[in-house]
Amino acid sequence: MAELTRRRFLQYTLAGTGSLVVGGAFVGADRAEAALDLGEIVDFGDVVVLAESPYANNLVLEVRPDDRVRFELPRLDKGQGIATALAMLVADELDADYERTDVVLSDRRSDRPFSITGNSAAVRAMWGPVRSLAAQARARLITAAALRWRIPVFGITTQNSVVRGPGGRSATYGELAAAAAAVLIPLVSTSPKSISQYRIVGTSKARKNARAIVTGEQKYTLDTPVPNAMPTVVARSPDIGGRVAAWSGSAAQSMPGVLGVVAIPSGIAITARTFAQAFAARDALQITWSPGPVRGTSDAQMRSQLAQVNAPLPGAPPFTRTLSATFEFPFAAHAMMETMAAIADVRPGSAEVWFASQAPNWLASEIAKAIGVPASQVKLHVPFAGGSFGRRLFGEAAIEAAQVSKALGMPVKLMWTRSDDMRHGRFRPMARCQLRMSWLGALTVQFQHRIASARTDFSHGLGDALSAAGVSVLPNLFGQVGFQTMVSVPYRFGDADHVLTERDFGVPTGSWRSVFSGTMTAANEIFVDEVARERNWDEVSFRVAHLDDAAAKRCLQKVASLGAWGRSMPPGHAQGVALHAEYRSACAYLVEIDTTGAEPRLTRAFCAVDVGVRGLQAQMQGMLFDAWSAMFRAGNHVDDGVVRESSYADFHWARMRHAPPTTEVYVFPAASGAQPGGAGELGIPAASAACVNAFARATGTKPRRFPIGEFS
Amino acid sequence: MPIYTLEVNGQTRTVDAPGDLPLLYVLRDLLGVTGPKYGCGVGVCGACTSHVGGQAVRPCIVPLHSVGAQPVKTIEGLATGGVLHPVQQAWVDEDVAQCGFCQPGQIMAAVKLLEQNPNPNDAEIDAAMSDNVCRCGTYVRIRAAIKRAAANL
Repeated sequence: MAELTRRRFLQYTLAGTGSLVVGGAFVGADRAEAALDLGEIVDFGDVVVLAESPYANNLVLEVRPDDRVRFELPRLDKGQGIATALAMLVADELDADYERTDVVLSDRRSDRPFSITGNSAAVRAMWGPVRSLAAQARARLITAAALRWRIPVFGITTQNSVVRGPGGRSATYGELAAAAAAVLIPLVSTSPKSISQYRIVGTSKARKNARAIVTGEQKYTLDTPVPNAMPTVVARSPDIGGRVAAWSGSAAQSMPGVLGVVAIPSGIAITARTFAQAFAARDALQITWSPGPVRGTSDAQMRSQLAQVNAPLPGAPPFTRTLSATFEFPFAAHAMMETMAAIADVRPGSAEVWFASQAPNWLASEIAKAIGVPASQVKLHVPFAGGSFGRRLFGEAAIEAAQVSKALGMPVKLMWTRSDDMRHGRFRPMARCQLRMSWLGALTVQFQHRIASARTDFSHGLGDALSAAGVSVLPNLFGQVGFQTMVSVPYRFGDADHVLTERDFGVPTGSWRSVFSGTMTAANEIFVDEVARERNWDEVSFRVAHLDDAAAKRCLQKVASLGAWGRSMPPGHAQGVALHAEYRSACAYLVEIDTTGAEPRLTRAFCAVDVGVRGLQAQMQGMLFDAWSAMFRAGNHVDDGVVRESSYADFHWARMRHAPPTTEVYVFPAASGAQPGGAGELGIPAASAACVNAFARATGTKPRRFPIGEFS
Repeated sequence: MPIYTLEVNGQTRTVDAPGDLPLLYVLRDLLGVTGPKYGCGVGVCGACTSHVGGQAVRPCIVPLHSVGAQPVKTIEGLATGGVLHPVQQAWVDEDVAQCGFCQPGQIMAAVKLLEQNPNPNDAEIDAAMSDNVCRCGTYVRIRAAIKRAAANL
């Protein structure tokens, strides 16, 4: 029924250029077909897919007269490669020439209220809608050809953006686009092909912008040629969230190249001819700061408060043997290579902003509030981004750029310096994980996990997915709901539960690639290793014996085989394994570590991943470095309200010398007819735990605080 | 302000700017050469790595006055006509980039490495490339691309 309603609203627009445009019309706020009970939600990505469904036809797929196919993707590509993945899907379903299939990032669309890029769900959410749209376009092109040639549709084929008919007839998609747009009723099925018919999806393709990246032509936000948009930086408080109490800009104003000095809520902004001149003038400002909300607080106090609020584990079942452990994780910056940056051109009655946003509608409303215009007047362009890892769910730089542009009456390009990004950015929350397992002989009776964490800020509205899916959640409960839907334990561990207690310390936080799983599931997998050894099990056999997830099991067995689990290693060397199942996907890592040098080093790494799509090698390799960095090298510290680190010189992200010389990723082929799972964050928990487990086995230690390099 | 004449990617460019202005901002803000990226501004991340006088440098800490007549080559100047440099081609063939933001600097560092050592081993690649940060973790494929380029050069 809902399907019919949507179809009725669907429009095929004949643009002035003679393009076939499929979609593009607001389809009305039909309810998602099946409002879910919270109790049924087993994976948050399912909610995202469901939230997308009312807008399934509210997308723009265009076949142009010049034979190019263009799809506007209402999601942010920040290096994870979704634009390429969806170009493959469009070309495959439409029988279009892949080389002439373009996927561009859509401007923010107010008629797509749920457009968040998150929870590794972009391809999952777009999968069905894009297939459906492309199938409809192909049916119209075939119909247009049949009408033109005055023949039955039977025997008409499509391939490589050409429609062919009996007797050598052929026409390109571009030639038929205008006629296809005028087709009232397609004469062939508009159903998508079966996935097994796909010839491009499932192959490995270099990303679409690979050449642009290696030639320097790829435009990131600050490379966008917006005329007269001038470099801008903001003088910020030394401590987190401090505000300007008093200031003087007279010295700064007269410095070379300075074009404007203006107070905004987060500090004093300087606009100049070059960024270097803006930095110099920023440093010449005289500012008295009022303390921020974290002044007087340091890591030690926050750690001890988390220990206090960490819900106590209830009594263990009688007669059982138990093992307990507590793991502590620090704050950790997203630290993407491209710092937060935005361009804004605010004029009376309009605001045009460029910012690589994961949540463009929410951001537009925040910009509108900040500069006092209706959200409808905020035009937000979404450039390709130099990384995100969750950081771009928020868009402070875009709000600041709009404020400065409005105050100065000129377009500005505002950049956060690396130090701004680290000292005033957001962090994966500090967390404390307390675990206990209880067993009777070979029987695991209970597995309990109590996590105390700095509160994760979801104010960007990831909860919109839940409300769009018909589930009402009070905003301040989203952390709990999100936690329950993101957390999964793939083992039969008897009575298993996880309880999250959050505490707000005033330190800005945000989702950090894999969110709760990155700490909590990593802790589970490190603890599972310790339990296995305590119970005299081999770590792989223990997992296999308890696994309740077939995909996770075959991933584990695959890496055990690839890496020759159990092979003999010299002293100070060891293997470590771990696995993770989430986003309707699973993966496992096996790594080998050498702890005999000045610092531990991975020597070999194997990953097996079961997601239902190919082309994941880069992601799975990359997440190994997130894991190594976060568990061994890089964490943030707060000293009396000030973030200690300010660049990659003291936030010790992994370098080339940490890359294992041997790395192999095995991607399980998709089962016939399988829908893809999510993959963008999948590897973090398993890779993190595998590295720590290898270290623990090599050194005979039990790591309890991370990053290990700081505490071992 | 003084006028400086630079040779950037084979073209003569003039700028009116203070001599202590770091080259990165001359390139990006005054000349519109945006391939080199700002990643840290203090010479620790390598995202702006370019060649000046045939040496790999960090333009974010190279003052304009120090450049003189030495040719400046950025990522934009690496390909010849439409033909990619073998290192760029290796980057495409190995599908190195993810977000790509560090890659102009990584490529310029790798080109310099291969000019000095046409067949580097793993330890030499580690030594030469560890001053360039990649947040996405593309190191495994950077290593493979350097070896591929070495074989093709």
